[in-house]
Amino acid sequence: MTKLLSALLIASAAVVLPAHAATLLADKSELSFTFKQMGVPVDGRFKKFDAQLDFDAKKPEAGKIAFTVDLGSVSLGDPSFDHELAAATWFDTKRNGKATFVSSGIKATGPGKYDVAGKLTIKGAVRDVVVPITLTNGVAQGSVPIKRLDFKIGDGEWADTSVVANDVAVKFRLAFSGL
Amino acid sequence: MSTATRYTPVAVVLHWLLALAIVGTFGVGLYMADLPFSMTRLKLYNWHKWAGVTILALSALRLLWRLANRPPADPPMPLWQARAAHGVHLLLYIAFFAVPLTGWAMSSAKGFPIVWFGVLPLPDFVPKDKELGELLASVHAALAWGLALLVLAHVGAALKHHFIDRDGLLARMSLRRS
Repeated sequence: MTKLLSALLIASAAVVLPAHAATLLADKSELSFTFKQMGVPVDGRFKKFDAQLDFDAKKPEAGKIAFTVDLGSVSLGDPSFDHELAAATWFDTKRNGKATFVSSGIKATGPGKYDVAGKLTIKGAVRDVVVPITLTNGVAQGSVPIKRLDFKIGDGEWADTSVVANDVAVKFRLAFSGL
Repeated sequence: MSTATRYTPVAVVLHWLLALAIVGTFGVGLYMADLPFSMTRLKLYNWHKWAGVTILALSALRLLWRLANRPPADPPMPLWQARAAHGVHLLLYIAFFAVPLTGWAMSSAKGFPIVWFGVLPLPDFVPKDKELGELLASVHAALAWGLALLVLAHVGAALKHHFIDRDGLLARMSLRRS
């Protein structure tokens, strides 16, 4: 019975998934960010995120990426900071559990290089961003600068950019199987 | 030989400037350590670090000046008092370096490199290491308290010379021109 079920599941998955769908290898992927507080670079990362990728290098413009980040999984490596980041002023993880990026277009810019345009949604704010990525051996790497205040990350007194800079560099390394 | 009744003006200015900076930075350090996460805490930590590095730099300058310019001779006093005074001075100088250096190392170990006045990034001379950070935090605090005790001894002795011995010792370090 279980064999039949799993066979059915696999078969249905094959039907549902597009031809060039790839699966994110979470344990080989990283999503991190760097910002400055009073000139001091501080690194953080998100532990949980997922990506749906449908991509064929022969037809990059037909590709699609949907990326989801569990904002509650943010970590600066210090429990007291992480607790604070969950608060309403920062990520407000109770009401905004997830950040999303949904691509609207992929453009090849060179061998293994692409510009992925799309909409980034964090805390209900939506911004158009273009993310340059490099694709090698199933691993997509890149970074994208964002302005934290565009998404009200660090609201109220924390909106003071002389203490916490507005610029945040988001870096990612996403490993996929089946790419 | 009659000229050396006072410290040089440079030594006097450095003494009082650093006295003010050390007392202030110690006070901020005591206050900030127990604050919950807040903007004030973040600012105070940065100011404390900037002040500490400034104290370290000025102390280096002061030590060079002290080595190049002999201090005035001691007023008459029992030998043990002279020895105690010089001993405290030596320990104070050690603390002027040990306290900021352990603070700097602690900051690096905890993963927050110091950027002096938010502009000049200082090198990390210890690796990022949580346990080392905790250890250095204890050492930094212990040394800072040690420095506080030395300052109390130093001030107490100076006041004793002024009010009990009335030997005019304080005039050697007076900001007023004699």
